[in-house]
Amino acid sequence: MIGNLAVVLFDGFAFGMLLFVLSVGLSVTLGLMNFTNLAHGAFGMLGGYAVVVAMRDLDIPFLLSLPLAFLVAGLVSVVFERTIFRRLYRAGELNQVLLTIGLVFVAAATMAYFFGTGQQPIALPAYLQGYVELGGLRFGAYRIFLVVVALVIAGLLVFGLEHTRFGARVRAAVDNQRVAQGLGLNVDAIFAVTFALGSGLAGLGGALAIEIVGLDPSFGFHYLVYVLIVVAVGGLGSIGGSFVAAALLGIFDVGGKYFVPDMGAFLIYLFMVVILFVRPVGLFGKR
Amino acid sequence: MLKKTAAALALGFSLAAALSSTALAEGTVKIGLIMPYSGPFADAGAQMQAGIDLYVKEHGDEVAGKKIVLIKKDTGGPNPDVAKRLAQELVVRDHVDVLAGFALTPEALGAAPVATEAKKLMVDMNAATSIITEKSPYIVRTSVTIPQINYAFGKWAADQGIKHAYTLVADYGPGHDAESSFAKGFKEKGGEIVGADHSPVANPDFSAYVQRIKDAKPEAVYIFIPGGSQPAAIGKALADKGLTPPNTKLLGQGELTMPDAMESLGKNADGIITAFHYTLERKDPLNQKFVAGYKNLTKGREPDLFSIGGYDGMHLIYAALKKTKGDASGDALIKVAKGMSWESPRGPITIDPETRDIVQNVYIRKVEKVDGKLQNVIIDTIKDVKDPLHGAK
Amino acid sequence: MTVEMTTSGPAATWLKRRSRISAIEIVFWLATLLPFFLFPSYLSLASQIAIGALFALSVDLILGYAGIITLGHAMFFGIGAYTAAILAKHGWGEPLTGLVAAAVVAGAVGFVTSFIIVRVQHLALIMITLGLGLLTYELANSFSTVTGGTDGLGVTIWPIFGRFDFDLWGYTAYSYALVILFIGVLVARRIVNSSFGLALTGIRENSQRMPAIGSVYRTHLQKIYVVAASMAGIAGALLTQTTGTVSLDTLSFQRSADVVVMLILGGTGRLYGGIIGAIIFLVARDRLSDMNPQYWYFWIGLLLMAIVLVMPGGILGGLSRLFGRFVR
Repeated sequence: MIGNLAVVLFDGFAFGMLLFVLSVGLSVTLGLMNFTNLAHGAFGMLGGYAVVVAMRDLDIPFLLSLPLAFLVAGLVSVVFERTIFRRLYRAGELNQVLLTIGLVFVAAATMAYFFGTGQQPIALPAYLQGYVELGGLRFGAYRIFLVVVALVIAGLLVFGLEHTRFGARVRAAVDNQRVAQGLGLNVDAIFAVTFALGSGLAGLGGALAIEIVGLDPSFGFHYLVYVLIVVAVGGLGSIGGSFVAAALLGIFDVGGKYFVPDMGAFLIYLFMVVILFVRPVGLFGKR
Repeated sequence: MLKKTAAALALGFSLAAALSSTALAEGTVKIGLIMPYSGPFADAGAQMQAGIDLYVKEHGDEVAGKKIVLIKKDTGGPNPDVAKRLAQELVVRDHVDVLAGFALTPEALGAAPVATEAKKLMVDMNAATSIITEKSPYIVRTSVTIPQINYAFGKWAADQGIKHAYTLVADYGPGHDAESSFAKGFKEKGGEIVGADHSPVANPDFSAYVQRIKDAKPEAVYIFIPGGSQPAAIGKALADKGLTPPNTKLLGQGELTMPDAMESLGKNADGIITAFHYTLERKDPLNQKFVAGYKNLTKGREPDLFSIGGYDGMHLIYAALKKTKGDASGDALIKVAKGMSWESPRGPITIDPETRDIVQNVYIRKVEKVDGKLQNVIIDTIKDVKDPLHGAK
Repeated sequence: MTVEMTTSGPAATWLKRRSRISAIEIVFWLATLLPFFLFPSYLSLASQIAIGALFALSVDLILGYAGIITLGHAMFFGIGAYTAAILAKHGWGEPLTGLVAAAVVAGAVGFVTSFIIVRVQHLALIMITLGLGLLTYELANSFSTVTGGTDGLGVTIWPIFGRFDFDLWGYTAYSYALVILFIGVLVARRIVNSSFGLALTGIRENSQRMPAIGSVYRTHLQKIYVVAASMAGIAGALLTQTTGTVSLDTLSFQRSADVVVMLILGGTGRLYGGIIGAIIFLVARDRLSDMNPQYWYFWIGLLLMAIVLVMPGGILGGLSRLFGRFVR
């Protein structure tokens, strides 16, 4: 029984880490930059398709195609940021909602047109398939990989945004554009880079998620709800918050399904509603 | 306002009467296709359309001196209100002779009253809930029903000596149907269901449910999951926990080992036993020609249950029109459709004259390596299976 | 629900002037009768647009006037739809009482949830409305014996007044939906042009200040939330009754998101924004999906993006800037 509990905890944590990699980009664009970016999932989808093309048509191994997903999503997002999104930074969330929803529609149709409506499976390298046995308990190899990747991303981001010069600039620029500009910061460039970072992370998340949740043109809509939940529960502007929220949501969801399977579909939403009712700013939110 | 309504009503009825008499005179037969061309079920729509297109490509667009015209309408998903509106528009605006398509049960249920009222043949090319054909005397089905496969499958499994099974189904109508019909067949032959769980329809992670199954240590696991990303997800979760054949027998409806799921599952798919009405790999000249033609049309995509439903649905319409010598009225078409039987790429099929539902073989397949590639290999055939629910009450 | 009305003085005159019916409104309502004569084969679509417009209007009341951003309003639409359907399933298919029942049930659920809604703001508010909506969806799926689950329910609706049957062309459906929409607009304009409506706008503009000047802002918000819930419930019941079907889709996140998109597209806080948005969104969808059933949403997406960039504030917002003063 205790062994089972350990496995369930691990599975929950691993699922939480999947939620984290899917949503961490949004905690940058929505959380830090305050841009209601419902097209987050679309950039995730873009990353996913980038990996599919890289692996299937260009024979690039899985691990090398992951950074590619980050780059493709990041670069494409810069184009959109420079041409369209930046006009709406101060236009209010409703306009941002309409614009980004529109972009999701366009992205979904584009992918359906070029790649068809079917699932896009990828074949993982052998070392990421199957399980690792530890003290009689079995842990999925890909899940372990996900946990490691998520920890690395979280570590790099928290360090990068809170302990480096670049991080300080980003925080200054998003906190008060005018003052930051006055201090001689190139706010435009900082915003572009930060947005690219968020979208790149979305692309990476999408790429990592294919193995567990699959990939088709409805991806951008499908996981929007999950990523919004993680960011809201974690609290805007806190990468660490997103990490903790994702881990808790994952454990609560998997554990809940294990002990009360009939409640399976309700758990994640109940968890969110209760947390946000008690703490409207989220677990670690400041505003 | 109400006076205006009444006036408009009167105008409408006279218009309707005038238009319905003109529709017959033309030299075309219009088929209105109602299905999800967009949205989360777009792939079902795309595959069904390809099946339809292949049939028209192979057999020409002229039958009994009439030209076949297809009119496509997108429901966007399981929306009966949209499906009903589209059916109405197809009847009153486009003057279609046949309503067809219907990938999802709510679409078919929404359109059924329109078929009855307008007296149009309605061909259900996929939606798989038993009751659909009972909703209108003009409905005929060319796909499959879930109880048809799974009741037979349950009996078969028990006959093979499997005694204890755990069932895991998606928590929605089709899942519940699959669970109850499998369990019924299984128990009738002396099997025992040791546990039953329902997973949310759009469940991204199956580890919790698979762990519960593992705890119960069943001899076999029965799974019903909608197609798309889930078959691969659940297959991998099972493999992660070591629940793989031959130690644990894995049973499921055919979606579990569709080509894309199999590609994603890799060697973890080996040994899974599924029951289905259509098997891509079935060695049969008609099927091989169908698969080759389909891949040629879709640039490499393989046909699935939606494709075969659309293909056979078109065959039914063509064959019926030939018999009526081009009379496309609903009454004439449904009359000749009853009892029709033909050789389909999936095998021999018959339209039951009593229920207007399909009677067909259920194939039991096992994933095995053939020439280095994993395939669904037919290991048993249950002949001429009817839906067990019609008239059961 | 009581609306506090000032009965005399300059404020009352001002309110009265605000609520005067403009010529353009009369033209608009006359134009809604055109489909009967010009496009009789589009009446089913017209009826569903009228229903969408009523639903969007209900969201405008809380989003446009009270600043409550919701991504879960389909909850009330669906509750209304299921109330009418379940009544009809159990032998009571009378449409008008069905609407009343839907309004009451949706309003009651709105009242209960309003206690949660008024205590949160910003992202938490959006996410809680979203969460409650999804929970309701899952609940309806679980109670499939009552709701029909994913298969939905097919029901028989009696003729309106025992005379007007729901016909294949949609004459009855459109007339019925249009009359109810018209009544809905009348009620909504009466509310937003009352002192209560002004208090709501005050809350939207500055939620800290209103309590400071002695406005019972939570009670105000609860009231309008209940009204909006009832109105959405009526819209849902209309859909059930005009189509004779209901499905889980009435409760879906997609529907919640679509209605917000329609409203923003038309312009929030303008009473007619939701209606214009519904017309444009649904007509565009119908025409585009007719031309290209597989990829139509590409063009819808472009349309949404173009409108934001050209007319932030929605179509009515853009027009009113163009013409100075269009629909207030």
